Order: sequence, then C-alpha cells, then structure tokens
Amino acid sequence: MQRLIFAFIAGGFFGAGLFVSGMTDTSKVQGWLDVFGAWDPTLAFVMGGAMIPMFIAWAIAGKRSASVLGTPLPPAPSSRIDRKLIIGSVLFGAGWGLAGICPGPSIASLSYGGTGIYIFVAAMLTGMVLAPFLRTRLDKMVPAE
Amino acid sequence: MEQDWIWGLIGGLLIGTGGAFYLLFNGRIMGASGIIGSLVDGSAGNTKWEKLVFLAGVVLLPILLFPVYREVDPHITDNVAVLVAAGLLVGVGTRIANGCTSGHGVCGISRLSVRGIVATVCYILAGGVGVVIFRHLLGVI
Repeated sequence: MQRLIFAFIAGGFFGAGLFVSGMTDTSKVQGWLDVFGAWDPTLAFVMGGAMIPMFIAWAIAGKRSASVLGTPLPPAPSSRIDRKLIIGSVLFGAGWGLAGICPGPSIASLSYGGTGIYIFVAAMLTGMVLAPFLRTRLDKMVPAE
Repeated sequence: MEQDWIWGLIGGLLIGTGGAFYLLFNGRIMGASGIIGSLVDGSAGNTKWEKLVFLAGVVLLPILLFPVYREVDPHITDNVAVLVAAGLLVGVGTRIANGCTSGHGVCGISRLSVRGIVATVCYILAGGVGVVIFRHLLGVI
C-alpha cells in the first residue's frame, strides 16, 4: 500500500512538473529542437532543474542497501552501447521532433490536449506493442564488425 | 514569454523531485516509456498496480492545476498523418532504446550512465534534424 501511495506522489510531481515546465507544449519542444529557427532554451532549464533532485537522490541511493520501503534499488547501469539503443533513440527523436511530444507529456496532457493527443497516444501504444518484433529482428542481426 | 525559463526550472525541479521519490521510496527508475510500455505489452508483472497508480498521478495533477494555472495551449497539431507517424516512431523507438526523455535523460544522465548520455545525444540530434527536415524543408510542421 505504501508503495502505491509513493508511486502516486511521484507520478503527481512528474505530471505537475511536465505541465508547469511547458514540456506538454509542443511549440516549446519544437522550439528547443529548432536550432535554425527561433531557438527556445526553456528545455535546457527543465532538464537542468530535473537533474538537481535526481543527482542528490542517486547520491543518497548509493549509500543505501535498499529503498526506504525495503524494495531493491536499481542495479548499476550497463555501459553497453548497442544498435538497439542507437536505432531506437534515433527513431524516438524523429517522432519527438515531428509532433513535439514524448511519452511522459503525452500522458500528462491527456486531460487538456484535445483530440490530437488521443490520436498520438493511440499510435504510441500501437508502436509499443509492435516494438518487440523489431527488437527481436535487431537481436538476430549479426554484428557488422 | 521572458519568464518561461523560470517556469521551466520550477517544472524541472518538480519532475526531478518525482523521480527522486520514485527512486528512494519505491526503488524504481522513473521512465515514462518503460512504465507505459510494460503495461501495454504485459511485461509489468507484479509492478502493474504501482505503475498504474503512478500514471494516475501523472494525469490527475495537471487536471487539478489546469484551472488555477496560466492559460495553457499545448499546440498539438491536427494533422492526423503527422500524429500517427510521430506516435508510432515514439512508441517503437522508446521501447527498442529502452527509455525516453525521463528515463535515459533525467534519470540516466543524473546517474552519469553512459547509455543514458548516448541515448539522449542521439534523440536530441535526431529531433533537431527532424525539425529542420519536417519544418524547413518539407513544411509539414
């Protein structure tokens, strides 16, 4: 039960932050990505602001053996750079630039984004269901090296 | 407009605080695409309720803030082809890369994760090139 309460609080902060920061405003996101147009630096402040509590949280987590509620903390990150990471990130970035919206803000703006956001989320969920098939294909490919 | 960076900073601090809560209390990385994706492809397992409640928080807080906060227009395009293509790319891409702006960007970079940094560079570059192509060359956005 406590895990559900803290999941709700975390989600609430996330949703509120996405809303307040302008991350759910597609013109701000595209403005940040549009270095050859009217460049908008807001997103750098969003990312920078988000890093501060997270950096502290990782430092605290590093000194603990488990979370406050007793669940295991995430294992040390892998440093393996594979084609799935690169190809996936490039596909994601292209879609992010095209519509100006990424997964978190798409959910945060469900209540006020209008019909467009429902179409985007439906397509995103479809993509997420289809992804394992492409992932399996990429796994089977023999490395070029 | 001049004060947008302050709102960006405040919002960013809220986003990071959410991620810090999720990490320190629940022992989990706050990655939106992983949370949503694992629910739709059934890989969430026994974390299903935790993730659903997290998403409920993401949806409900903006509803509560909407009436009291400054006027908001998300400027979402009404071009259905653009929305569908972008949604598919975002859905497939984030699941193959195992993360998006929140997971690889906010949680990964703050942990100095090499994968998080590489992924973030790749999606920002692709997004920048995408906007140049779609806006300045093709004129679709």
